[in-house]
Amino acid sequence: MSTSTSNAGSAAGSALRRGRRRPVDSTVKVLLVAAALVSVATTIGIVIALVQPTIGFFQQVSVVEFITGTSWTPTFAQKAYGVLPLVAATLTVTGVALTIAVPLGLGSAIYLSEYANPRTRKVLKPIIELLAGVPTVVYGFVALFALNPLLQKWWPTDNGPAFQNLLIAGIAMGIMIVPTIASISEDSMAAVPRSLREGAYALASTKMQVSTRVVVPAAMSGIVAAVVLGISRAVGETMIVTIAGGLTSDRIVLNPLEGAATMTAFIANISSGDIPVGSLDYDSVFAVGALLFLITFALNAVSIRMVRRFREVYE
Amino acid sequence: MNPTDTTNRPGVSIAGVGAQSTGAPTPDVADPVMELSGVSVYYGAYEAVRDTSMPIQEKQITAMIGPSGCGKSTILRSLNRMNDLIPGARVSGSVTYHGQDLYTKDVDPIEVRRRIGMVFQKPNPFPKSIYDNVAYGPRVTGMKVASMDDLVEKALRDAALWDEVKDKLKTSGLALSGGQQQRLCIARTIAVRPEIILMDEPCSALDPIATAKIEDLMSELSNDYTIVIVTHNMQQAARVSHYTAFFTAEVDERQERHGRLVEFSQTGKLFTNPADKRTEDYITGRFG
Repeated sequence: MSTSTSNAGSAAGSALRRGRRRPVDSTVKVLLVAAALVSVATTIGIVIALVQPTIGFFQQVSVVEFITGTSWTPTFAQKAYGVLPLVAATLTVTGVALTIAVPLGLGSAIYLSEYANPRTRKVLKPIIELLAGVPTVVYGFVALFALNPLLQKWWPTDNGPAFQNLLIAGIAMGIMIVPTIASISEDSMAAVPRSLREGAYALASTKMQVSTRVVVPAAMSGIVAAVVLGISRAVGETMIVTIAGGLTSDRIVLNPLEGAATMTAFIANISSGDIPVGSLDYDSVFAVGALLFLITFALNAVSIRMVRRFREVYE
Repeated sequence: MNPTDTTNRPGVSIAGVGAQSTGAPTPDVADPVMELSGVSVYYGAYEAVRDTSMPIQEKQITAMIGPSGCGKSTILRSLNRMNDLIPGARVSGSVTYHGQDLYTKDVDPIEVRRRIGMVFQKPNPFPKSIYDNVAYGPRVTGMKVASMDDLVEKALRDAALWDEVKDKLKTSGLALSGGQQQRLCIARTIAVRPEIILMDEPCSALDPIATAKIEDLMSELSNDYTIVIVTHNMQQAARVSHYTAFFTAEVDERQERHGRLVEFSQTGKLFTNPADKRTEDYITGRFG
């Protein structure tokens, strides 16, 4: 009735009509949609930018050589385009980083959520999150010039870590992702209902049992998400591995005490040199970039599935 | 299975016990399994419940009734030191279990809760399988059991749930109905073979049919266990309990509310012939 054309309605009734919709509302909506579209458009743009040079690269190098080759030497006279050395170095560094970050991150999360009193938590959590704000270049230099000399000095055997090596880069990277894992895990543990903790305490559980047998399983989806996010950050991290991780890529390096180039370190290094646009070297950067994109994309997909699978729904 | 058989029970002084009750000389009154004397519970500086003294008789159902905010749940949680989990909570006076004060420094709250279990207002099964819910307590307490399967079955039978869940022990406890979940929580509690079961409004989230089942179960369980139940529901207290404590909230000169025990006596007596005017007003519906 309020939308009828009749003017005979009472004053109170006509006040309800839609005609004078507030202009602010629609403007705000347009701005918000635009803001959301920027990131979608950026993602699509990145994919498009990656595709053309990658196709160019694979016109000259076979996919099989790229995936199975064990030497990556685009800058050598004897060029080889097997990406495995870069992938192996990335996996090694990520593995070291997770070995450090998962126990430390989960431990901090359990402490903050279950053991710390509210006042301590209020102080500690922001400090841990502050670690996430340290520029990665700082981690890289600390690793190279402070941590690695200590590691070399204390190494029990003669053939200790090299000047640059995957171990020290992985350790620095592990410390870097502790706040990510701690913070997100703590959030999901804090979301576990109090009633579950009380139920466990009433069954004569110790604090440790409540934490590990009730709270952690109930928060597992968030913890898995936190770890996968940590892996994504480790795989994509560039500065630490470029500074402290080494540059060897002509063979697969499996010893973490040696240096080797990760996918990201290779991209950063070659991009800072003079490479002609459209050359094979130039295209190789995009091919590695596309692979990196696929790996992180797959990790995210896996994490979404794992989160669904591990979820202990508690309501 | 009788959890008290092997327990050494030192004699407990009965002085003052039942002073507010009928004084009907039942043999039970002489030997309460727990006893509160002069118990006050504080949250920080706030005194939530004042000066509560009452016995808990062995293998009887003791009900605590009263209006909201009268401190009955607070007192219940002081019986197995669940109040420890609330920062700033403090208990004065004495709560004894077989003559042992539960609040002396050398008492381990974990051991207290192994003997004095608790069922909560809202069913709170763990997000685990039915089987793992029941097996949780025996596992964490390191109970030596010949067969966990048998123990789980026995606990579920005793909680009158076995027939409904025997074919789906591996499914989540959360897939059950509210009433079944609450019986699962009771099964989980009796699986560790406590001596006393505290129940904090165990039926308030359930429909009447599920409530009736839990009430039948309580009567059944009182053959083997001592039960203390907090309830909003006076009819429930009258139906199931042997003893009833009526609490109310008093407002002091600073306008602060404090819970207070008004009257403790045998249930029949409290509901038919209350000694205190406030009890009478409450049970006849003039107040609360």
